[in-house]
Amino acid sequence: MNPTRREFFTTAASGLGGVALTSLLDQTGAFAAHDPVGAAANPLASKPGHFPAKAKSCIFIFLAGAPSQLDLFEHKPTLQKLDGQKMPESLSEGVRFAFIQKDTARLVAPKRKFTQHGKSGMWFSDLLPRIGTCADDICMINTMQTDQFNHHPGQLMLQCGLPRFGLPAMGSWLSYGLGTENQNLPSYVVLTSGRGSSGGTTLWNNGYLPSVHGGVLLRSQGPPILDLENPQGLPTSLQRKGLDVLRELNQQHYQKMRDPEIASRIANYELAFRMQTEAPELTDLSSETKQTLEDYGMNRPEPKERPGNIGGGDQFSSFATNCLLARRMVESGVRFVNIVFASWDHHSMLDRDLKYNATMIDQPIAALIKDLKQRGLLDETLVVCGGEFGRTPLGENRPGFKEVTGRDHHPNAFSLFMAGGGVRGGYTHGETDEIGWGPVRDPVHINDLQATMLHQFGINHLKLTYPYQGVDFRLTNITRESHVIKALIS
Amino acid sequence: MTQRKHTLGKWMCDPGLLVARRLLATGFIVFGLLSCHAHAASPDGERQIDYTRDIQPILNKCVGCHGGVKKNAGLSVLSRELLLSPTEYGEPVVVVGDSLASTLIDRVTTEDPDERMPPKQPLEPSEIEALRAWIDQGAIWPAHWAYEAIRRPQEDDSQGIASYSIDTLVRRRLEKEGVAPAKAASRRTLIRRLSLDLTGLLPTMLEVEAFVADESPDAYPQLVDRLLASPHFGERWARHWLDESRYADSEGYEKDSPKNDAYRFRDWVVRSLNEDVPFDQFTIKQIAGDLLPDPTDDDLIATKFHLQTQFNLEGGVDSEEDRTKRVIDRVSTVGTVWLASTIGCCQCHDHPYDPFAQREFYTMIAFFNNADFTADFMGDEPEKAKELREERQAKAKTLTEMLKKQLDDKNLSNALQNKWMDLRNFDNKHGFVRFLRDRTEDRRVTYTFRRGDFLQPLVEEGALLPNTPATLPPLKSRGDVPDRLDLAHWLVSPENPLVARVAVNKVWMHLFGKALIRSPGDYGSRGTVASYPELLDWLAHWYLHEAEWSRKALIRKIVNSETYKQSSATRPELIEIDPDNELLARQNRFRVEAEILRDIALQASGLLSRKVGGPCVFPPLPAIVTQQTYASSNKYQVSEGEDRYRRGLYTFFRRTAIDPNLVTFDCPDSSAAKPQRDSSNNALQALALLQNEVFHEAAQSFANRLLKLSLAGGLSDRTRLEQGYLIALGREPNDTEIAGLESLLQEARSFYHDHPQESAELVGKHAVASIDLAENASWVATTRVLLNLDEFITRE
Repeated sequence: MNPTRREFFTTAASGLGGVALTSLLDQTGAFAAHDPVGAAANPLASKPGHFPAKAKSCIFIFLAGAPSQLDLFEHKPTLQKLDGQKMPESLSEGVRFAFIQKDTARLVAPKRKFTQHGKSGMWFSDLLPRIGTCADDICMINTMQTDQFNHHPGQLMLQCGLPRFGLPAMGSWLSYGLGTENQNLPSYVVLTSGRGSSGGTTLWNNGYLPSVHGGVLLRSQGPPILDLENPQGLPTSLQRKGLDVLRELNQQHYQKMRDPEIASRIANYELAFRMQTEAPELTDLSSETKQTLEDYGMNRPEPKERPGNIGGGDQFSSFATNCLLARRMVESGVRFVNIVFASWDHHSMLDRDLKYNATMIDQPIAALIKDLKQRGLLDETLVVCGGEFGRTPLGENRPGFKEVTGRDHHPNAFSLFMAGGGVRGGYTHGETDEIGWGPVRDPVHINDLQATMLHQFGINHLKLTYPYQGVDFRLTNITRESHVIKALIS
Repeated sequence: MTQRKHTLGKWMCDPGLLVARRLLATGFIVFGLLSCHAHAASPDGERQIDYTRDIQPILNKCVGCHGGVKKNAGLSVLSRELLLSPTEYGEPVVVVGDSLASTLIDRVTTEDPDERMPPKQPLEPSEIEALRAWIDQGAIWPAHWAYEAIRRPQEDDSQGIASYSIDTLVRRRLEKEGVAPAKAASRRTLIRRLSLDLTGLLPTMLEVEAFVADESPDAYPQLVDRLLASPHFGERWARHWLDESRYADSEGYEKDSPKNDAYRFRDWVVRSLNEDVPFDQFTIKQIAGDLLPDPTDDDLIATKFHLQTQFNLEGGVDSEEDRTKRVIDRVSTVGTVWLASTIGCCQCHDHPYDPFAQREFYTMIAFFNNADFTADFMGDEPEKAKELREERQAKAKTLTEMLKKQLDDKNLSNALQNKWMDLRNFDNKHGFVRFLRDRTEDRRVTYTFRRGDFLQPLVEEGALLPNTPATLPPLKSRGDVPDRLDLAHWLVSPENPLVARVAVNKVWMHLFGKALIRSPGDYGSRGTVASYPELLDWLAHWYLHEAEWSRKALIRKIVNSETYKQSSATRPELIEIDPDNELLARQNRFRVEAEILRDIALQASGLLSRKVGGPCVFPPLPAIVTQQTYASSNKYQVSEGEDRYRRGLYTFFRRTAIDPNLVTFDCPDSSAAKPQRDSSNNALQALALLQNEVFHEAAQSFANRLLKLSLAGGLSDRTRLEQGYLIALGREPNDTEIAGLESLLQEARSFYHDHPQESAELVGKHAVASIDLAENASWVATTRVLLNLDEFITRE
């Protein structure tokens, strides 16, 4: 999107603390006193929300592809009993499946053992023993609902509030609303491992917000960002000198053309340079203790039995690294960290593949929550973990497959959990029917979750809007009435 | 990969829809304020209500519940007819001419929160007044402008303007607004602008100097003609069309198999543009070239437009489902590209706010439902052409039989997918070129799909014959049953109100950076209104009737206007009143597109190959990208020699492994028609231009080029820097610029003098043999700054 003059005015109005860009431009008087753009401030300067915030930063662990809530979080004893039965007519009426053949579909019991954890007695399956030990910090929602049935739209819905391309992601909204605490790093970073998600980079777009609020993809190994390092043979001193000259010449050109894009470009070169310095430090884990690395499970061996479609490389250490990096980012003042791992679409081989994935995430996520807590960061860090929808209690009898080994997409009711950031620990929200088909009380729509998350950051979701071509857009769907779910908040 | 993507088509329409949602009302807001005549009063003193300006934005707040999808209480506000129909409660909500008797007004004014509409946020008093006045004035509801016939606007001689031109229309408006046009850009800017716009390349130093020196009045129009005649013109404008065609060199999904014949379509587009094939012919060939009498190879290759859809070769995929998805994509794409209509929305339901019914979408589907593809050799035939054709025919026959069986026996899905894969490999291996062909036997019957689900054809509603939407002029059929060729002729018939308007708008966009209708893919009620409706219509009419669809003539007309030639500098007074430059009181400046960025960096550095056309090339790509492909299936073999440096247009485009240099600079992902690219500006772009392998090599080679200028004579630094500026920016540097770059050069020299190893590293493989490496490195450190200048990457 084009950052327009509006970007400068909106940010000027709200960015009192933003000195970087103005001082930068003032050095040679690029923005003269009478220049309307002269008031431009740093769009990433930290600024307060609408009311006092509980959370300062967010780590959103996105299990893209949709994990099975019935095999991880939701304990459904009746489903165990009904294994192999048809679904009650009353529930299946009018329901559309893509792969499931309605007539021959049968309920499938999870092959997992569920136990209760913590003082609160929160249920987890045996695939998540370590996250279970964080139960009393966890706020579990079992009645999440989405409008979307397919991955890419569902993923957009969860990240951007609506199932469409070209919209700002939640991280972009927070960056836009609150700026960031560290001017030398992007406000919104994305860490992925494994194979790409269905949505790819459309999931961390700035959309119509100024591009500075877009998610920046970091790599967990090697130089964290593509093209981050100077060309071979170029010392930092000459990089700096070159950038000084570049800035000077660009400023001179700005005087002539008065195009705000030039000012943005100048700022972006400066950010790039700062990223060159800080990003490598951020991903340099040598300052972490051996104990910490071990806690996160950095050096766990990859299990022998691997899902075929998981993607190359060592997933266990990549995911663990991303969790540890997320903590380091939050510590350094990054506003929003997205961890994306996209291999949860278990239409088949659910038991083998889910076990692999769950084992992969269990230890690092638990370590992350405990690490944040121990460092006193959990109170101000909202950790969210979940997928774009859930999976059916019915087994998937897709034609061409010899046996039922998976579950289909299920937008009606699924689980997602939060921790820290002022949410209610040890609390399980909502209840579904006995087979987990749909909520019987307290459904939580994706937009309600988003409204609640913004609330924790001191933001009224109705008020954080962006005027774009005549309409005030916001993260939550403007045609839907969304609510902050108070029960989720401590 | 087991992820399900079968309803992709359903939401692929959404980018356009989204733009539309966002764009609404710009015209109203900006120009409502600016135009002194916008709120003309009627004779009795009451404000005259204009439906489009005053009422439509209000009704748009209602369509979510009372539109084409939901018709709560039996009320839809999508048309006057529907609004005046009885609801579930009986009487219509509007009584024409009597707002007091209209329950609509009661419902928007009542203080009872349970009754009040809209339920969440009440209308503004001014909106309610507008509604009242509109009803009292007769609830006049003109047809949507985009569906009205294109008429030549009446000429207005009262102002002494004999005939219309771009400039008279723009200047008249500017005068009315009290805004002066910008003065013309400098000749140096003009030739750089024109070269970038028409060919996507920089003018050479000689071209610049010759143009600057030529003071004859013909110099500019002659330059235009020369550029239009350049073979690179087709390359530049083909890329625009490829964005709309969702062109890629691979099938998409999982293995994302290469399509070795895809480039034949790309080359055809380049050729058609260079030969100035009129846009109506260009359209007809792509929509239905295979149905033309005695189609040529080119006619058949043109239909590959429809083969740019993604083809899912994954195991377990239902072939029929995937085929349906492709057909739906074809219709949605035709809707976006030619009609700027989001008819793809109608896959599942009637259009939520535009006058297209779901059933009509499926009558459009019927044009494409029997279009399969076949393949043949085009051009040189291999030795055993006959045998290979027979072999292919046998494979195709087996496939057809299996497809038929698979409709009932889904257990065949996997085997069928393997056959598809086998055919793809066979075609790739032997050089078959695929194209569209209607099936003659076992023709499919088209039904509406309940909620867009291919498993739920509404057989009870009857089979659908091909037809076009009733909102638009009727289709003329050559035979009993209309076919794609009829559709093609319908699109480009003079009666079609959309196609010329849509095409002209996009040509304008590529020459101004911004379109006249800011939502070039959506002319529906949620799209934007033109800031210059008369200009758009006049140009569209001219394009249709006088230019006979010649794109070169259209471009020539626009770039020869004074409006085009204006400076793109922003003036303080314009920042306040017209930040988005809707008035056209200046040109726009914008960063060049992803591919062009690389092209001009290579060109400035002397590396660019100017070879036109041919199979794809494979310039270096970061390993992180090639690793992303399914099971590392992308064995990427980097091209050697000249092919490393071909224009970006020729780089193999793999859907699942797109070059990050393209993504970072907003190249579309080819998943759907993209009439308009974004133009972002971020720190990753800075990192790429400073450090990326491609751009760094350009800097190395640029230094090499400058140092070789005069090896014997020992040119001064200043002279070399001047040459660098002339090459990259087409102008000479001023003293401050020279001083800045000289100081960099000096600092670099003092570093590299003591650092031989770093010198060698920075210079890389582009060392100048007879020059000291430290000196060479110092110049690389300098040229990279030149290639990062905002002015270098911007078309001004």
